[in-house]
Amino acid sequence: MTTATPTVGVGAQATEPTTRGARVRKRLNSRTATLVSIVIAVLWTIPTFGLFISSLRPENEIKTTGWWTFFTNPQITLENYQEVLFSSGSSGQLASYFINSLAITIPSVLFPLAFASLAAYALAWMNFKGRDWVYIGIFALQIVPLQMALVPLLRFFSTGVSIAGVQILPAWDLVDEQKFAQVWFAHTCFALPFAVFLLHNFISQLPGDLMEAARVDGATHPKIFRTIVLPLIMPALAAFGIFQFLWVWNDLLVALIFAGGGDETAPLTVRLAELAGTRGNEWQRLTAGAFVSIVVPLIVFLSLQRFFVRGLLAGSVKG
Amino acid sequence: MAFARSRQALAVAGVLGLALGVAACGTGDDKNSSNAGSAECGAYEKYDGHDGKKVTVYSSIREIEDERLQQSWKEFEDCTGIEIDHEGSGEFEAQLPVRVDGGNAPDLAFIPQPGLLKRFVDSGKLKPVGADTKAMAEQNYSADWLKYSTVNGQLYGAPLGSNVKSFVWYSPTTFKEKGWTVPATWDDMIKLSDQIAASGTKPWCAGIESGDATGWPATDWIEDVLLRTGGPEVYDKWTTHEIPFNDPQVADALNRAGTILKNEKYVNGGFGGVKSIATTSFQEAGTPITAGKCALHRQASFYANQWPEGTRVAEDGDVFAFYFPAIDPSKGKPVLGGGEFVAAFADRPEVQVVQTYLASGEFANSRAKIGDWVSANKKLDLNNVPNPVDKLSVGILQDEKTVFRFDGSDLMPAAVGAGTFWKGMVAWINGKDTTTVLNDIEGSWK
Repeated sequence: MTTATPTVGVGAQATEPTTRGARVRKRLNSRTATLVSIVIAVLWTIPTFGLFISSLRPENEIKTTGWWTFFTNPQITLENYQEVLFSSGSSGQLASYFINSLAITIPSVLFPLAFASLAAYALAWMNFKGRDWVYIGIFALQIVPLQMALVPLLRFFSTGVSIAGVQILPAWDLVDEQKFAQVWFAHTCFALPFAVFLLHNFISQLPGDLMEAARVDGATHPKIFRTIVLPLIMPALAAFGIFQFLWVWNDLLVALIFAGGGDETAPLTVRLAELAGTRGNEWQRLTAGAFVSIVVPLIVFLSLQRFFVRGLLAGSVKG
Repeated sequence: MAFARSRQALAVAGVLGLALGVAACGTGDDKNSSNAGSAECGAYEKYDGHDGKKVTVYSSIREIEDERLQQSWKEFEDCTGIEIDHEGSGEFEAQLPVRVDGGNAPDLAFIPQPGLLKRFVDSGKLKPVGADTKAMAEQNYSADWLKYSTVNGQLYGAPLGSNVKSFVWYSPTTFKEKGWTVPATWDDMIKLSDQIAASGTKPWCAGIESGDATGWPATDWIEDVLLRTGGPEVYDKWTTHEIPFNDPQVADALNRAGTILKNEKYVNGGFGGVKSIATTSFQEAGTPITAGKCALHRQASFYANQWPEGTRVAEDGDVFAFYFPAIDPSKGKPVLGGGEFVAAFADRPEVQVVQTYLASGEFANSRAKIGDWVSANKKLDLNNVPNPVDKLSVGILQDEKTVFRFDGSDLMPAAVGAGTFWKGMVAWINGKDTTTVLNDIEGSWK
């Protein structure tokens, strides 16, 4: 809620800065608006809350009664957590998949950030022929659905690229842990169009005087990028970083196809999907499993939330 | 500023990492050598000569069953030095075509749908089995089974595990208390149902909710009944579309199933009326039996794992199953079931060796000993099957009188068998009449 409300107010400022913006802000600060937002927040939290209660109940209770019966008949156990986190054999050990998830997610966030910020800077502040067309091309790529690229990309990894029988790029032939590279590659590809678009909007709105002054002082493009642009777009980087982190962390499809289900590379989501067993008879484990997998995104979101709000705000008022 | 620096350093390190990661491919890995020659390895001598090779297997088997599977071929791996790398996934059916099209096919796949197997054969991706595998499969499995993995006269894989779907679950304890007896014919079963209904309990419970696959338990019901009313010949014609889906004989079967499933006096014990069948998940559908709110539940042998923890599954225990009786026992014992087939996407010698091994009696017995597994393998020794329900299933599969037929919805084209048939059954339970439902499904079969 907090992120959406000010944006609305700011957007309305465009025509009549003070009066209209103030009016919207005032309306959103009224008692009714607060009440409505509290009701919405409570309603949206109920399913998660129910899941949390369920995760603390014994297996038989979960399977036979609803979570609300907990209040009349409270029975608490940590057995579900014990089972998914530490139990021996293949039934648990989420802990090791946690590492896989981190190994997939962190590079998959950093690569697009690095590439996209460089590309966005070049597209915004370096003059070269066809710059706008390149930008439009990247922008247009956003409409390509990820699912369409799965089979071609998989073929690219497994057989390489050959045109008219001539091998141009060899097959990657990765095994076990090396498959992480495939996942990074895939996530980076899928993230770049949006990342470039978002960061380009930020970077192009930085004041041109700043760049000119730096150039007069003899700064080169790398120097300008490093000392002026990067610190200024920090909020945007953080905002995109959070988006990308949550997306990659929660991703099942890309991981399933490019990392496979082996325990060397499979992330938490793949593991969670299997946790219930071949016939789904152990589905009570999903309650605890879901909460274990929520922890990291929650920490990331809460600790970077400050940047997130600032990033969204900055985008709409700069200029 | 400091923050910016470190960020930037991280980004650069990341880019370098990617480059290194890509460059690092192609490192050789050494395998521990086999310990062939020891006493217990005698049985595996015929598979020797592929030390250090690796065979990848993809299937829908996961969790505890995956663990047991790996345990069952451990000795084979140790003796022959072939490493079997098994991966199980819940999205197997959707993922396999993607992997195959992407040039990333596994060496072997355990395919539970003959329809899917045929699709891969038609697109030229599957390799026919080698001579050794063929001999082993023909020796250990009946022609009834092998015909499902035979396309255009070529065998494409031997069966692996199986399950028997023609079972009715009940509680031996309750039956004993109330003086009910296990019915031997369909008429007896209806009489028993009336008797139970008269005592105030709804005799049957059912549930067909199963996520995206909602409806499949009802298709099993219909198939099982058609196999009894129409006989195996009609059933075969129906699954291959030689007779239309809405043939009068199919309508008869559906109506007969309706005398139980759509009878308010009979269902749905523990859950409510007829319509509650559509919203009850198949995993939970039988649980009212343990609470005495329902007496009979028709579901496959694998339902043994769905009972709440602490339920004893045995002939004199809390729950057990009896054979879904035939209408006319003189015509033999129709049995509906399913199973998976070991199909190969590669024909390297070590792949064929593993394929042969998986069709052998050694594997069947080794896997069965670990528990919770049924196979139609003729070499499977009943004494090696620990679980009473599995024993019953294996007994039925090995019975001479058994007429086995594969689950029809797995034989039909996916658009029908895993699409309109499922949806039609949900509509049927929700009150749509038999003729409309069958006409709709027939219309979708192009």
